[in-house]
Amino acid sequence: MVRIIGILTGLVFTLAVLISFGVDTYSNLTTEAEETAEHHFHAEPLDVSFPHDGPFGKWDTAQLQRGYVVYKEVCSACHSLKYVAFRDLADLGYTEAEVQALAAEWQVPGIDPRTGETVMRAAEPTDYFPSPYPNDVAAAAANNNAIPPDLSLMTKARHGGAPYVYSLLTGYEDPATYSHDGERLLEAYPDFEVPTGLYFNPYFPNLNLAMAPPLTTTGQVTYEDGTEATIAQMSKDVSAFLSWTAEPTMDDRKQTGWPVLGFVLFATILAYLSKKQIWAAVKPAKRKH
Amino acid sequence: MSFAWARQYEPKNGFTKWVDEKLPLPRLVYNAVGAGYPVPRNLNYMWNFGVLAGFALLLQIVTGVILAMHYAANAEVAFASTEHIMRDVNWGWLMRYAHANGASFFFVVIYLHIFRGLFYSSYKAPREMIWLLGVVIFLLVMATAFMGYVLPWGQMSFWGAKVITGLFGAIPLVGESIQVWLLGGFAPDNAALNRFFSLHFLLPFVTAGVVILHIWALHIPGSSNPTGVEVKSESDTVPFHPYYTAKDGFGLGIFLLAYFAMVFFLPNFLGHADNYIEANPLATPANIVPEWYFWPFYAILRAFTFDFILPAKLWGVLAMFASILLWFFLPWLDKSPVRSGHYRPLFRKFFWFGLIPCILVLGYCGGAHLSPITIALSQIATAYYFLHFLVILPIISSVEKPEPLPYSITDAVLGSDKKPVLGENTTPAV
Repeated sequence: MVRIIGILTGLVFTLAVLISFGVDTYSNLTTEAEETAEHHFHAEPLDVSFPHDGPFGKWDTAQLQRGYVVYKEVCSACHSLKYVAFRDLADLGYTEAEVQALAAEWQVPGIDPRTGETVMRAAEPTDYFPSPYPNDVAAAAANNNAIPPDLSLMTKARHGGAPYVYSLLTGYEDPATYSHDGERLLEAYPDFEVPTGLYFNPYFPNLNLAMAPPLTTTGQVTYEDGTEATIAQMSKDVSAFLSWTAEPTMDDRKQTGWPVLGFVLFATILAYLSKKQIWAAVKPAKRKH
Repeated sequence: MSFAWARQYEPKNGFTKWVDEKLPLPRLVYNAVGAGYPVPRNLNYMWNFGVLAGFALLLQIVTGVILAMHYAANAEVAFASTEHIMRDVNWGWLMRYAHANGASFFFVVIYLHIFRGLFYSSYKAPREMIWLLGVVIFLLVMATAFMGYVLPWGQMSFWGAKVITGLFGAIPLVGESIQVWLLGGFAPDNAALNRFFSLHFLLPFVTAGVVILHIWALHIPGSSNPTGVEVKSESDTVPFHPYYTAKDGFGLGIFLLAYFAMVFFLPNFLGHADNYIEANPLATPANIVPEWYFWPFYAILRAFTFDFILPAKLWGVLAMFASILLWFFLPWLDKSPVRSGHYRPLFRKFFWFGLIPCILVLGYCGGAHLSPITIALSQIATAYYFLHFLVILPIISSVEKPEPLPYSITDAVLGSDKKPVLGENTTPAV
């Protein structure tokens, strides 16, 4: 009885899904799929490597310090970093006094202890990075209705991670001359147009990004360590910095991982040897099954 | 129950005698996973995954209870509290990565455990109850995993919750009311997040309870084995301890190596980038996908695209639930007296060249971007999935001519001149 009901149920589901298959196949054969420019001309992130990549990678603190300068001088005009506190900057190799001095360069909203009125005051190490806008409405109003996203987790929140951020920052192009895999965009899609207020960037999923090219000239920021601030250099440094803001505990994670794996490997070898010894008496010579 | 030759627990000193009289817990453990449990001597490494699944459950409970000490189940702050755990709580990043990857590894071992059950037909008499309880455990773990994924309140959390609770909306007439009732609102919000957290905390303990029943039911007939021939005499078995504790210890080591490699070096590999974006009801992600362990079922859900008598969405929901619920009927769908796939030539062919590729295809299509190709593939694979379990399996179990079975487990292990006897394994266990 169970089997008869089972076979009937199975046939019903099979029939229903095969009808779906037939209908879909028919409509796929009779209608042509619409090809879109973003499907065709979207570019994968560039193959760029960072010192913190891989199981042995570590933060390059000099690079993170440079990236912090780029964030402060350029990105912070529009983007917040709300999950990062100034005290966290100690990870970049700054002393306590230096962290205090860096924090004091920022203004955060506070309360006047005498009057209770809201005021702006210099930040302290315990404060979090302030948002450039008082609220989302103000952020949208100032940016053509596109709210600049918080950058704390940006490299984790996008497929492609830091290389994607790097590619995006260096990837602004003129759509008139852009080609991908030897095919020119305007030849394939002659009526392709970048909407007003948007900027063409092939690394962005729909090719048109609301953010104007943020890094435009060499020397836009000044590095204290004398590194030349080319666009590529600034992009790479800020991508590394945003990898750190996304996961400040990464060094700890990798450094803990190796001893843990070493210990478990050792324990596994011991477990294997004891298993072998315990089974030696009852285990016959190898035979099938 | 036990086999007549099972070793008996003997308290050695006054204290253990006293405990044994008042509450024979050491005796219970001795009989359950100690020297008092005789186990077939020929178990291969596929028999490691039950113990590993139990370990994974324990791991999830320990890391989860610690995470709950720091997590705040409120839609306003849930995402920020998760980041607080990652950044400010001592070893919080380790607890969270261990828990998130622990869920994936839990499913890896559960799937291998189910795979073992399917290939060696462990669900057959006299072990139907173990199998039924196992399916219940699987359903509980799926529900728990789904609700746990909602808790960080990222984009995939929110939209996953919306899609899955939206499935109840497919029920005719009362569907939408049920959906609102389940969510405590028209969309996932604070009410939904709080009840998901509450249930996510509760269900693992319910699961642990059913696991105890699962193991209890296992100890009535005793463990199955790769030949599928029942235990006949003492020489067919070895005591669980030290033989299988040692073997499971080695298996646990391998499991932990793979697990820690992921936790420490690729902690976000199995996750989805969008879940690091805070939930936003106004921005739909380009591709809403569940975690990898739900992909095969998600592919079945999306395979139905045509309103054939019933709405396509309802077909998808019914098929998705049916694809798991039909496992409850396996012991009665597969009537072949032979258990092990090793001795079933026809079953083996359909298993390796039908079912396994079918599930892999479903898994791939469930995670991929929707395209005409992936939809067509998942439709064919869905059709095969239902045909395999509900039509092919019952039919081959009556037409197949099994290969000769060994006389006994000892025979299979040590070899003998005795002629193999077909059907010996149908003798009930002593």
